Amino acid sequence: MSDPSEALASAKAAADRIVNVKRLNACLTPIKELRKSLAAQASTAHPSGVLYGMPVAVKDNICTLEFTTSCGSKILEGYRSPYDATAAAKLKAAGALIAGKTNCDEFGMGSSTEHSAYGRTLHPFDKTRVPGGSSGGSAALVAAGAVPAALGSETGGSVRQPASLCGVVGIKPTYGRVSRYGLVAFGSSLDQIGVLGRSVHDAARVLSVISGRDPKDSTCEDRDSLRLPNVPESLQGFVIGVPKEYFPQDLDAAVRRACDRAIRLLRELGAAVREVSLPHTAYAVATYYIIAPAEASSNLARYDGARYGPRFNGSEDVRALYRTTRGDGFGPEVRRRVLVGTYVLSSGYYDAYYRKAQQMRALIAQDFRNVFDRGVDLLFTPTTPTPAFKAGEKLNDPVAMYLSDIFTVTANIAGLPAISVPIGRIKGLPIGGQLIGQAFLEDEMLEAAYALERAVPAAEEA
Amino acid sequence: MAGAWETVIGLETHVQLRTVSKMFCGCSAAFGAPPNTNVCPVCLGLPGALPVPNEHALQLAVRAALGLGCTVHPRSVFARKNYFYPDLPKGYQISQFEQPLATAGSLSYLSPDRGIATATIQRLHVEEDAGKSLHDRFPKQTAIDLNRCGVPLIEIVTGPDFRSPHEARTYLLTLKQVLEYAAISDCDMEKGSLRVDANVSVRRVGETMLGTKTEVKNINSFAYVEKALTVERDRQIAVLEGGGTLAPQTMLYDSKTNGVRPQRSKEESHDYRYFPDPDLPPLVLTEQFIAEQQTLLPELPAKKRERFVEKYALSVTDAAVLTADRNVADYYEAVVHAGADAKTAANWVMTEVLADAKDHADGLRVAAGALANLIGLVRGGTLSHQAAKRVFAEVAERGGEPRNVAEALGLVQVADTGVLSGWVSDVLGAHTSEVMRYKQGETKLLQFFVGQVMKASRGKADPKLAQRVLEEKLAP
Repeated sequence: MSDPSEALASAKAAADRIVNVKRLNACLTPIKELRKSLAAQASTAHPSGVLYGMPVAVKDNICTLEFTTSCGSKILEGYRSPYDATAAAKLKAAGALIAGKTNCDEFGMGSSTEHSAYGRTLHPFDKTRVPGGSSGGSAALVAAGAVPAALGSETGGSVRQPASLCGVVGIKPTYGRVSRYGLVAFGSSLDQIGVLGRSVHDAARVLSVISGRDPKDSTCEDRDSLRLPNVPESLQGFVIGVPKEYFPQDLDAAVRRACDRAIRLLRELGAAVREVSLPHTAYAVATYYIIAPAEASSNLARYDGARYGPRFNGSEDVRALYRTTRGDGFGPEVRRRVLVGTYVLSSGYYDAYYRKAQQMRALIAQDFRNVFDRGVDLLFTPTTPTPAFKAGEKLNDPVAMYLSDIFTVTANIAGLPAISVPIGRIKGLPIGGQLIGQAFLEDEMLEAAYALERAVPAAEEA
Repeated sequence: MAGAWETVIGLETHVQLRTVSKMFCGCSAAFGAPPNTNVCPVCLGLPGALPVPNEHALQLAVRAALGLGCTVHPRSVFARKNYFYPDLPKGYQISQFEQPLATAGSLSYLSPDRGIATATIQRLHVEEDAGKSLHDRFPKQTAIDLNRCGVPLIEIVTGPDFRSPHEARTYLLTLKQVLEYAAISDCDMEKGSLRVDANVSVRRVGETMLGTKTEVKNINSFAYVEKALTVERDRQIAVLEGGGTLAPQTMLYDSKTNGVRPQRSKEESHDYRYFPDPDLPPLVLTEQFIAEQQTLLPELPAKKRERFVEKYALSVTDAAVLTADRNVADYYEAVVHAGADAKTAANWVMTEVLADAKDHADGLRVAAGALANLIGLVRGGTLSHQAAKRVFAEVAERGGEPRNVAEALGLVQVADTGVLSGWVSDVLGAHTSEVMRYKQGETKLLQFFVGQVMKASRGKADPKLAQRVLEEKLAP
């Protein structure tokens, strides 16, 4: 596609499809504004770009000039960034169209997209269920066929978990592969922008565009953008490890069946599959829920009502302004994590929590290196312990909610690339399988994902 | 028991680095721009913005550390210092905490009481400045100017090494000299590019344990350093002698009343919740980078002073005056290298040159080569010292080559015996009685005749030559 009329047609069709799934509450951008912007973007998009005319929705915690960036929070209601996130700028430079901002758990804190100040997003196949989160809006829009791909962000699985629950592909690249500039920070040492796509290819080509060095982000690696691999004929020569800690006794039987089928298919494709052990896995969620809130408590300190965003009543002095703005502006999950994070960094507790968690983080990362050093190329695990759960089911039980990220947080803790690929249905609900790769070897991970995607009957019951 | 107290002071000095741009973004670090004009998403702390360290700031910080004899660590860590304040837009300041850039340095200074004393530099770390809260701009409202936000700073922390407010001040002036020499900072307290907080305590002489310390803040001029510390020291002694006890608190100095008051408890005692900044990888400096900064460090004042004493045979005092300012020291050496005698050049620089520089903001107005020539003219007898001073002032004011200026002003001494003989004959003819007395043995009148010749020549006669011609003519 390189004809402006085709880009305009693509823009209009995307807007129509997004209107059609309005009931999901996946897109936060008002439809009139979205139509107008898409048309304007289509008329000025770069025709030579590799994504020319492709509509890509963007999670609401990634800054764009076109639309507001509220992060699913009241505290940033109506906030318009004066700059584009590097990922958004790269999308536009490649000719893609920013197809609105997608709903998410507030500041990315949540696993169900129920913690949004703008209402929950519905699962596209069952409105009583959640699409996962925090990038639930992006996952739902892709799953509903409104856009071929969408940007999400991950701190502990916020792309892969909703991808698994919605039956789409979700990629979290290596930490440092994609610039975080313009991604509103939650847990800076864990955050990465990821991509949700209809297929491995759709997700991968968007990832390729947004990846690569960025002088504005000191944690972004000085590397060229990711080169897309070819779809392999077989997986001959691949060694895929299956970590036993990810298949506990009490794992959901249907999830286990789906995984077993996927593992059998990987074998049939020529991969050598062997059981491996990542002994510190049990500590991953606890480690995550110290480090992420600690960083969040500091990252979210800037939302004080003094410079931007709404101010809430009772701002007679500056302390009162902080109290009411932060008390009323943040939702309960954000307040919980800010409190936890403030606590674990406090003098007298830092050593017991934050420092210990950093030590555990190093051990978890070392687990992965040990396995990879012994000739394993990739790991295969379930992405989530269950398919999409009911709305409200875990809302009052934060720990149960946190455990839905149990298989995904480790890749964030270790900074590794990982992808969730649909591997079947459980009573009609999608479930994903996860491949975890070695740092900056996304190409190998994508090759295996291509082969698995092609082989697995994802629409069939496991 | 009066006089039995010992004062113990340690200083924490914040110095703005002389960079074009800020510590973590490309905004101008210039002082005095209209409020909130030197800002961008990074220094405003807008959602999603990220810091990228300014290499020039790191170079200057490393140079400062090396200049203060610190160990520069090849790996240091940026940390977040968390607190809420309206002029701190991110809700934290990027600083360094557990692993600072440099530690274990020292700075020698001339103590007014103890001779050469050495202050230990416990640590030197890099951080970003906060913005400014302006409380007097709008009635009952606070205005925020974020231009200063993100300007690079180093913090230099000494041990509890000073034994008097005067010592603390002397150290600070010595530190300022070093930092100015190496072009690391402007060190202008009035503009806030050098700020100092002091930890003050007192103890009985002979006691080895430190007393309860207070932190004195808001000392915003060099002139107030000694006053503020003296006031606090005296307050502490008065409390203790009155049988009271001291609270470890922050005291704010008020220069208008020359007093201190405790900071409201609401304003202090933060738990800063320091932790490594996840937006910035550890700062890794190569050996080569550090070595390069060492080579870019100029000769520092103490070294230069020693060298001047040795090389130019100057007194320590003269060398100290000449090396107090790097430009003056360089100027002095240029005058010597242009051929002037070292001692004479030193006298000229310390008197005429510094006096002229003090009165004129445009600095050293007479080129070093010109001053050397001028000194040469005096030495060669072409100009009297008095005339040379006039020539100097003229050259400073209007420029020009000293010899030409001297000629234009008619100040060149006449060394032509023919012309001199004329003046001598005139003088002797006009003072016959004095000639008589001279010839009768009153030889001290010779100076009178010389003076008369000088007068007749309107200062142009070479006095030595005039004396010789007079002696010849008056000879029996």
